[in-house]
Amino acid sequence: MAMTAAAGHAHADPHHIGVVIEHPGPASKRIVTAYGFWIFLLSDIVMFSCFFAAYAVLSGQTAGGPKGSEIFEQGNVAIETVCLLLSSFTCGMASIAADVRNRFWFYLGMTVTCVLGLIFLVIEFREFADLVARGYGPSRSAFLTAFFSLVGCHGLHVSAGVLWLLTMMAQVFAKGFRADVLRRMMCFALFWHALDIVWVGVFSVVYLLGSAA
Amino acid sequence: MLGKLDWSAIPFDQPIPLIAGGIVLVAILGVLTWVVVKGHLPYLWSEWITSVDHKRIGVMYILLASVMLLRGGSDAIMMRIQQAVAYQSQGYLPPEHYNQIFSAHGTIMIFFVAMPFVIGLMNLIVPLQLGVRDVAFPTLNSVGFWLTATGALLVNLSLVVGEFARTGWLAFPPLSELSYSPGVGVDYYAWSLQISGVGTLVAGINLVTTVLKLRTKGMNYLRMPMFCWTTLASNLLIVAAFPILTATLAMLLLDRYLGFHFFTNEAGGNVMMFMNLIWAWGHPEVYILVLPAFGIFSEVVSTFSGKALFGYRSMVLATMAICVISFMVWLHHFFTMGAGPDVNAIFGIASMIIAVPTGVKIYNWLFTMYGGRIRFATPMLWAVGFMVTFIVGGLTGVLLAVPPADFMLHNSMFLVAHFHNVIIGGVLFGAFAGFEYWFPKAFGFRLDERWGKLAFWFTFLGFFITFVPLYIAGMLGMTRRMQHYDVAAWRPWMIVAAIGMAVLTIGVICQIVQIVVSIRNREALRDRTGDPWDGRSLEWATSSPPPVFNFAFSPDVRGEDAYWDMKARAQQQSLERDRPEYQDIEMPRNSPTGFVCAFFATIMGFALIWHIWWMVILGGLGAWATFVVFAWRDHDEYVIPAGEVAAIDRVNLEERRNLVSMAGAV
Ligand code: HEM
Ligand SMILES: [Cu+2]
Repeated sequence: MAMTAAAGHAHADPHHIGVVIEHPGPASKRIVTAYGFWIFLLSDIVMFSCFFAAYAVLSGQTAGGPKGSEIFEQGNVAIETVCLLLSSFTCGMASIAADVRNRFWFYLGMTVTCVLGLIFLVIEFREFADLVARGYGPSRSAFLTAFFSLVGCHGLHVSAGVLWLLTMMAQVFAKGFRADVLRRMMCFALFWHALDIVWVGVFSVVYLLGSAA
Repeated sequence: MLGKLDWSAIPFDQPIPLIAGGIVLVAILGVLTWVVVKGHLPYLWSEWITSVDHKRIGVMYILLASVMLLRGGSDAIMMRIQQAVAYQSQGYLPPEHYNQIFSAHGTIMIFFVAMPFVIGLMNLIVPLQLGVRDVAFPTLNSVGFWLTATGALLVNLSLVVGEFARTGWLAFPPLSELSYSPGVGVDYYAWSLQISGVGTLVAGINLVTTVLKLRTKGMNYLRMPMFCWTTLASNLLIVAAFPILTATLAMLLLDRYLGFHFFTNEAGGNVMMFMNLIWAWGHPEVYILVLPAFGIFSEVVSTFSGKALFGYRSMVLATMAICVISFMVWLHHFFTMGAGPDVNAIFGIASMIIAVPTGVKIYNWLFTMYGGRIRFATPMLWAVGFMVTFIVGGLTGVLLAVPPADFMLHNSMFLVAHFHNVIIGGVLFGAFAGFEYWFPKAFGFRLDERWGKLAFWFTFLGFFITFVPLYIAGMLGMTRRMQHYDVAAWRPWMIVAAIGMAVLTIGVICQIVQIVVSIRNREALRDRTGDPWDGRSLEWATSSPPPVFNFAFSPDVRGEDAYWDMKARAQQQSLERDRPEYQDIEMPRNSPTGFVCAFFATIMGFALIWHIWWMVILGGLGAWATFVVFAWRDHDEYVIPAGEVAAIDRVNLEERRNLVSMAGAV
């Protein structure tokens, strides 16, 4: 990036006193893709915040049904959290492996990530199924509505992430570490880590605060 | 097998929608047949439908908006006639039909006229102003457009298959809950907005990334044309606000489809939460619409005054201030719903603060004109007409932001007059100004000035004759959305408003005539220089219409008003400046992804509305398959060889040289 003295352009840029940092031109594809995907992630997080807000508003509205502390099971949630946090780590390993074009570690990292994601989903699914079986489904009360929606929305994202993960493995298998595949891999990693962050929010706001109340 | 869909969905007993639908169907079939018989289909397919060129997509957005403007306009005409005749009588529209009309009118005008119009103009112009070859994600751009088109299609389908919402354009619960709106109307509303909302979000991400990451060499932030700044602000708002709409509609749909209790009256649901969420999106939305219009006016005013924009930096600051503040005032949409005096006072004051940056902008435009050499071409007329109209709308807005006044005027015709004042006088006038201003850039010939001016004057006068009476009726206590009424004092104003609507309609007809006449005389109106208005920003530096790749060489920007600067410098220095060698240019390949995606989205949306679950799954699988196929393709770019670039560029160069040698002398 060139630092240019303003004097040369003074006639065109009358407001500048001092130095101008000249803009070097369009960014590389990798940067543009990552940037755009970041912006998508931010908008996705705005959507999550709406469900968080709805949960905050409705969490006391149990309409005679169960409260959070009566239905949350700390043990399960702890396992879920560990799975997800670990999977972020293995996903990071896979990203590094992709960067150094090491197929073995890439497949290994992705497979472990996938398995951890699936374990998370299974536990969550069983929690939901169990609640519904006890008559505490989402239509029981506004609190349960908000709970199922917020946690379910995160779960849907994880499911989509697992599908995407499998597609990434297939793409690397079929096409190798091509530039566009690597860009997609970078987006996938961002997505997966973002889900982790959202889960930390869900964990604290729903399960920790909910069990305390 | 077909869910809720059966013959009763077709409104055989209601002649108006059936006839209207029939005519539209015949027209569409006619056009399709003509296209196929004349053999234009391959051209349409390869040059437009699958195109990922931002200019083509921009034009298609604007075309969609124009068609939908006619649809929304017919609704408006029907409503004004109804209110003119429905004094102590039922009028000619049955109540539930009238309710559908005003709901559809509002929905269509905001989502399928105003939004596509401004997004279309931004798509068309911003990459040119930034001196780049395309937007950040060209294929995604096409997906975004086609999803918007899907939404529009679904709304219009409701005219003949089923019904539309009767809830107003924001579908407030509990009216929009299943127990009060058991039909498919609200589902049409929610799914079409959900699908087109995804399209809008995609467009927003695309344009934000384009402005922030793709500027040409030397295009520092403080050298960007004002329209790029307002585009940035508007699209930041899209990215931040549209997810709220998505979430809100998702909650409403969960309530309706799966018996959830977000907004219901029972089991602890909270209706006020809907108000908060929908207006947390809705207030930014009005600035999403009007900020690009402000940008257009800035470009138009400075070009036609022959001066640089006065107070460029304060304009940037004002734009970004509006961008932030517009998120902090949403509650003024429900002052009357019991938040209490403190909350109301805070939000009242916050709302009035927005008038400050807006005022800054108005003064800057006035000072730009002051001492300039003003040419009153059609775009400039729209800009000046806007300033007059918008000041009135802004003032009544500030009045409404005073909570005690709002208790009197809320939900009255005064409110209706206010928001039309700002939306028509701000957004629509801006869209028209941009349309007239950039038409030669997009198509290579100017529009007929005489018809353009007629269109402006009829629209301008018609607007005031229509909406000033509504202010008065509102003061007289007339509430909005009335199918009929018994108060004699309101009647004359409704009749005047109907007459105004007729004048407005003449304005619209003039605009259509203008386009037809201009196409007929296109040889005489041809713009060979690429710079018909003696413009100041980079879009005028290339030929009209621009080649696919926009610029043979990426421009190197040295200051504000990049092209003006280049023209001035070219005149001072020798004209024969050395050109670098032409180089191969890589461009994104056309792709049917957008169209195919929208095809499946339409199927899925329709199936969801009618609860046809197997079809939902089919549509979903199709959409997913499209993505995989897209992800699997190997060559998403093609190369235009340097020789071809040179050949295309040389054709334009001669004319341009002549122009450049003349500029500055003007
Ligand atoms: C061309 C002239 C127009 C006329 C005569 C007109 C007339 C009307 C009328 C009579 C209503 C119903 C008011 C009521 O509640 O009783 C209405 C509502 C509305 N109009 Fe327009 N309109 C026009 C153009 C536009 C445009 C260009 C836009 C937006 C870009 C727009 C946006 C809306 C909205 C958002 C509503 C609120 C709908 C609702 O209450 O649910 N209108 N209009
Ligand atoms: Cu507002």
